[in-house]
Amino acid sequence: MTSVTDVSPARPAFRLTRAFQGLERLVVPALLIAGWEAFARSGMLPPALLPAPSAVLHALGDWVFGFDETTQTYSGHWLRDALASAFRVFGGFALASLLGILAGVAIGWSRLFEKTLEPTLQMLRPIPPVSWIPLAIIWFGIADKPAVFLVFLGAFFPVLMNSIHGVKTVDHNLVRAGAMMGANSRQMLTDIVLPAALPSIFAGLRIAVGSAWMLTVTAEMVAVKSGLGYVLWDSYYFLRYDIVLAAMISIGLLGYLSDLGLKAIMARTLRWQQTTTVQGRAG
Amino acid sequence: MAAIELRNIVKMFSDKRRGRDLLTLDNINLDIESNDFVCLLGPSGCGKSTLLNIIAGFEQATSGRALVDGKQVERPGSDRGVVFQQPTLMPWLTAIDNIAFHLKLKGVAKAERHDRAMEFIDLVGLRGFEHHHPSEMSGGMNQRVGIARALLMNPSVILMDEPFAALDAQTKLEMQEELVAIWQKRRCTIVFVTHSVDEALVLGNKIVVMTRRPGRIREAVTFDLPRPRDITSPEFNDAKRHILALIREESTRLAQAS
Repeated sequence: MTSVTDVSPARPAFRLTRAFQGLERLVVPALLIAGWEAFARSGMLPPALLPAPSAVLHALGDWVFGFDETTQTYSGHWLRDALASAFRVFGGFALASLLGILAGVAIGWSRLFEKTLEPTLQMLRPIPPVSWIPLAIIWFGIADKPAVFLVFLGAFFPVLMNSIHGVKTVDHNLVRAGAMMGANSRQMLTDIVLPAALPSIFAGLRIAVGSAWMLTVTAEMVAVKSGLGYVLWDSYYFLRYDIVLAAMISIGLLGYLSDLGLKAIMARTLRWQQTTTVQGRAG
Repeated sequence: MAAIELRNIVKMFSDKRRGRDLLTLDNINLDIESNDFVCLLGPSGCGKSTLLNIIAGFEQATSGRALVDGKQVERPGSDRGVVFQQPTLMPWLTAIDNIAFHLKLKGVAKAERHDRAMEFIDLVGLRGFEHHHPSEMSGGMNQRVGIARALLMNPSVILMDEPFAALDAQTKLEMQEELVAIWQKRRCTIVFVTHSVDEALVLGNKIVVMTRRPGRIREAVTFDLPRPRDITSPEFNDAKRHILALIREESTRLAQAS
């Protein structure tokens, strides 16, 4: 028979010393990279097909700083390429956030908008944004515009869905409390429903920023001649898998940084919520 | 003129899934005088919260009228302060901003809002916690904020729906004493919904005993035991015996009927 006290986990065994705190998140990436390096150097695959992490780092370094032109025409142009992609992400994401929140709140709040607007939007939602590429190109040509349009399509629906959900699930009693204190319908929306829906809206924005990076790279592969996605696809034609991987890493890193930035804004805006997370204050 | 007049109030809820109507309140007539502390006492599901919601304007009676200060209730409004069962505070606002929320809706400037709210922070004993968010305070403290928020509107009546039901026994006793003190100090009309005989007898000077569904008024007992009330005194026990007898009669009647 197991007694109740036996169930408690042996916490001290898992506790890391202070020196290693914060480093535990590096363990898995470090192991992966070491394994990859060893495998690439073993010669089981030709180096051109699977470049070692050191070679990728070399390509990335030259792309960024331009020290030995191993990346040829891209040497030293990383900032220009990254900014081109970031601009499209930001443009499409900003547009999608604005319209997604507006439409989502309108649909969540008003039966009229729910009946008139929502069916159309819900019908457009399952269409993969990528399938708009042919139309985007004939409408907007080969430039920034089709890319921004695709990013917008990818980012709009997560914002929309979460805004609708956030407004619809506002605690009914908060609305009653607002009415009791004399809120008119405009105040009900701006002072009660919107703040109450913010956590859900932010969840939508975080999903959207991820989609935005995915879509901008996709668009750059086919519809634009600049940016990280273009470099990735162009290098593939020249069999430069080190640059392909360097581009993938760049996209991952920038996407991660965008999410961190959004998380920081969220933490500031939703400060009131922080003490209620499951993990407590530190969460 | 009574502060609250309830005239022939009937409330039916339509149970669409089962295709029948549920009679919740059956012909309620009641006058509540100004500065009364009235406790609506009844078992769960007797419609006492529904009756409170009708006075608050959250729900409409199927027939009959509810008047507050002679005016028919049509919608919620700041002339009737409501304290909910759960504190129901805006979680993104601090205690002081929650208390002053009514003033913000009226467009009062921030400095003045805070000045006026501080008086109520002191009244409910929350000085030092005015800048805490609801998530940083205990259930009892949040309920104090809820009471202060209702008082700040200076409503003609305050409607309370089992506001202490979720609190532990000790906090509940403290809050009951404080509520009586506030009522004595500020002279307001309170309608307090409860299912606890003891709570009703500690708080009210009029106790309205309701029957099980459909809700009717069994008897309105006036109870003027001086305060602070000694819950072990013979007078308290006499009143308690009387009310328990009313409730027991009701259960027996139901048992025989079934």
